[in-house]
Amino acid sequence: MRFMPVILVALLVLALPAHADSPEFYDFDTQAEEQRFRNLIAELRCPKCQNQNIADSNAPISKDMRDQVYLMMQAGATNEEIVGSLVDRFGEFVKYKPPVDRRTIVLWAFPAIAVLGGLLIVAGVVLRSRGRDSNEPALSPEEKARVEQMLADKDQSSRS
Amino acid sequence: MRRVMLFMPLVVALVVGILLASGIGKDPSELESALIGKPVPEFNLENLREPGEMLDQSLFQGEVSLLNVWAEWCPACWDEHEDLMWLANEKGVRIIGLNYKDQKENAFRFLGRLGDPYQTIIFDPRGTLGFDLGVYGAPETFVIDAQGVVRYRHVGVVNERVWEEILLPVVNQAKGNS
Repeated sequence: MRFMPVILVALLVLALPAHADSPEFYDFDTQAEEQRFRNLIAELRCPKCQNQNIADSNAPISKDMRDQVYLMMQAGATNEEIVGSLVDRFGEFVKYKPPVDRRTIVLWAFPAIAVLGGLLIVAGVVLRSRGRDSNEPALSPEEKARVEQMLADKDQSSRS
Repeated sequence: MRRVMLFMPLVVALVVGILLASGIGKDPSELESALIGKPVPEFNLENLREPGEMLDQSLFQGEVSLLNVWAEWCPACWDEHEDLMWLANEKGVRIIGLNYKDQKENAFRFLGRLGDPYQTIIFDPRGTLGFDLGVYGAPETFVIDAQGVVRYRHVGVVNERVWEEILLPVVNQAKGNS
């Protein structure tokens, strides 16, 4: 029992996630460059583990892609050149932001279409209910008399 | 008009249903290669079997080939190897191997145990050609025509069904055009 705390601590340590076996260090001259690198690897998608960006992914291919981004940055490439070189190899899939073209136009236009459609429906409902208000005449004199009669009856019955 | 509107939810549900149903059964991990229609990237890598001999993209000139990306550490490569042996021996297919991020002794152990279906094997220990080909996991198999242009990329194991239904038509087409 005396060793219980020790065992517990040992278990806790063992339960910690094993960290990347080969830690990567990328050296940058300036803070801005490092930020640029972080932004780039955050917006590139891992082709193997498809819902991760290459910054988060531990897949070997993501490491290769990070290396490529780093090397190209050191060689003075622009962001477009770096992303372009990866797209040439792995396809548009690696970009989280697809370009607007024939295949993706539906994807890009859909939010606007949905909002417009919704507005049209709302406008239709509003217009129609307004039209009903003005077109259908108020109660005819006979109907009015009947309503008043009914209300008067109700009053009397509740009073008694 | 109002009668028609009543059917709108049904129509919407049908359209969405058809759209979603068409996605069922598709493997999202199979990406189209960005290299289709483009020549094999330039490379200069060692021949696995002939140390010191360097290979380059001219390897793919003159004959339609399969380029099979494999490694000893890749479990699925063990699975598909028998089918590659069958393709090379029974069907006479020219298969070029790309030994991807592997170690020589492991690669030879693998071939020693399972046989060697490859006409030539490119040794790519750092995965540079693999990276240029957009390989994101072995095994992958490319169909390359006699001009060295990539015609098709198959991700995952090759077996008899994949050969008959997917690769063979592409190979025949590549042969017809060249």
